[in-house]
Amino acid sequence: MMASGGSRLVIPLGVGASAALLAGLYAGLVRAPADVVQGEVQRIMYLHVPTVLVAYLAFFVVFVGSVAYLFTRRERWDILAHASAEIGVLFTALTIAAGAIWGKPTWGAWWTWDARLTTTAILLLIYVGYLMLRAAVEDRSRGARYAAVVGILGFLDIPIIHKSVEWWRTLHQPSSLARGAIDPALLFPLLLNLAAFALLYAFLLAQRVELGRLEAEVLRRRLEE
Amino acid sequence: MSAGQVWALARKDLLTEGRSKETLNGLLFFAALVLLIFGFALGPDPARLEQAAAGVLWVAFILTGVLGLMRAFQVERENECLEGLLLYPGDRAALYLGKLVGNVVFMLALEVAVFPCFAFFYNMPIWGALPGLFLTAALGTAGFAAVGTLFAAMTMHLRAREVMFPLLLLPFVVPVLLAAVKGTEAFLRGAGRAEAFPWLTLLGLFDLVFVTVSLFAFEWVVED
Repeated sequence: MMASGGSRLVIPLGVGASAALLAGLYAGLVRAPADVVQGEVQRIMYLHVPTVLVAYLAFFVVFVGSVAYLFTRRERWDILAHASAEIGVLFTALTIAAGAIWGKPTWGAWWTWDARLTTTAILLLIYVGYLMLRAAVEDRSRGARYAAVVGILGFLDIPIIHKSVEWWRTLHQPSSLARGAIDPALLFPLLLNLAAFALLYAFLLAQRVELGRLEAEVLRRRLEE
Repeated sequence: MSAGQVWALARKDLLTEGRSKETLNGLLFFAALVLLIFGFALGPDPARLEQAAAGVLWVAFILTGVLGLMRAFQVERENECLEGLLLYPGDRAALYLGKLVGNVVFMLALEVAVFPCFAFFYNMPIWGALPGLFLTAALGTAGFAAVGTLFAAMTMHLRAREVMFPLLLLPFVVPVLLAAVKGTEAFLRGAGRAEAFPWLTLLGLFDLVFVTVSLFAFEWVVED
């Protein structure tokens, strides 16, 4: 499904993602009014919120791909999970970087031991571990199985980590989106950027899945020789 | 899967360890060493040590736990015992539970011995709080070992296992560390059950989720 259809989707997704990102940048950085309290620095939200939501989406796709792989043993599910994990790690790292850049002028520190920040950092470590495990296991199907187990456990750990860190300490402003406390003038660019980053994710995923499929194909032909 | 199978497996591991005491002695000294090292790192200020005490205790438990779990599977690997065990008729889930019970009992024995060292070096009044401290230790250790046993089985054949195992395991058990430290702190302060209760619930939930999932996942890990 993903693997065979992926190549046809790459170009339209790439074009769509580029257009949406440009529009999103314009809406967020130029058109949208600056925040009354935080000023210009608040504009990082248009990058920060979409990247973190896409990262969670990516890890959810890892979970789905992992479950599907373990039950069906079709390689394409494993390729999907692997691809999504890589992109999830990328977006998590972007989230943390953007958050740190925002945190320095706002909180006065690059890093604080805030609940969501800490949860995101732990997530990054879990999925970096996932990728390293894949690289460390030589046998391909065994690596896929191990990774799937980590992909499932990792996703189940997210709510527990979140709850524990939240009780432990919190400083982050509660999600403005979830509270509905966001002005429409800011909400529209945010949603536009969210759509743009979701498209970017889909583009990268299609690209990476296609690459994974080709890798598997090369390996198979080499074994046949 | 029967309780008999689980116990037979756990008993085998504990008997082997009990006869040589090789790992137990080494790890006990290692745990005491961690307590001392942190004492040096933090400086001799009693107030500072008291504040950090619960955290230091759990870092000692977790580091010794990592070594202990790696050791438990190294023994299996060296003599290809796990392959032998897998040939026996019986459930894979029983094999996981047996290993888990063995690991938890082993780590708890170690922790019971570490508590007096902790009270001694950190000048902690643990004696009145022992039931609560043991309960926290038991729940925390069960959660740590639930994921640890699964990941140790997964990484034991890798060349880079010494790095991969802690790298995979430690981020997963952050909730265990947080909850166990907070629970331990509450009992040490004599704050009582009300303050420790949410943390103990969290530990219980973690144990429940990860023991259940690992029971299924173990099958996938050892299938070849």
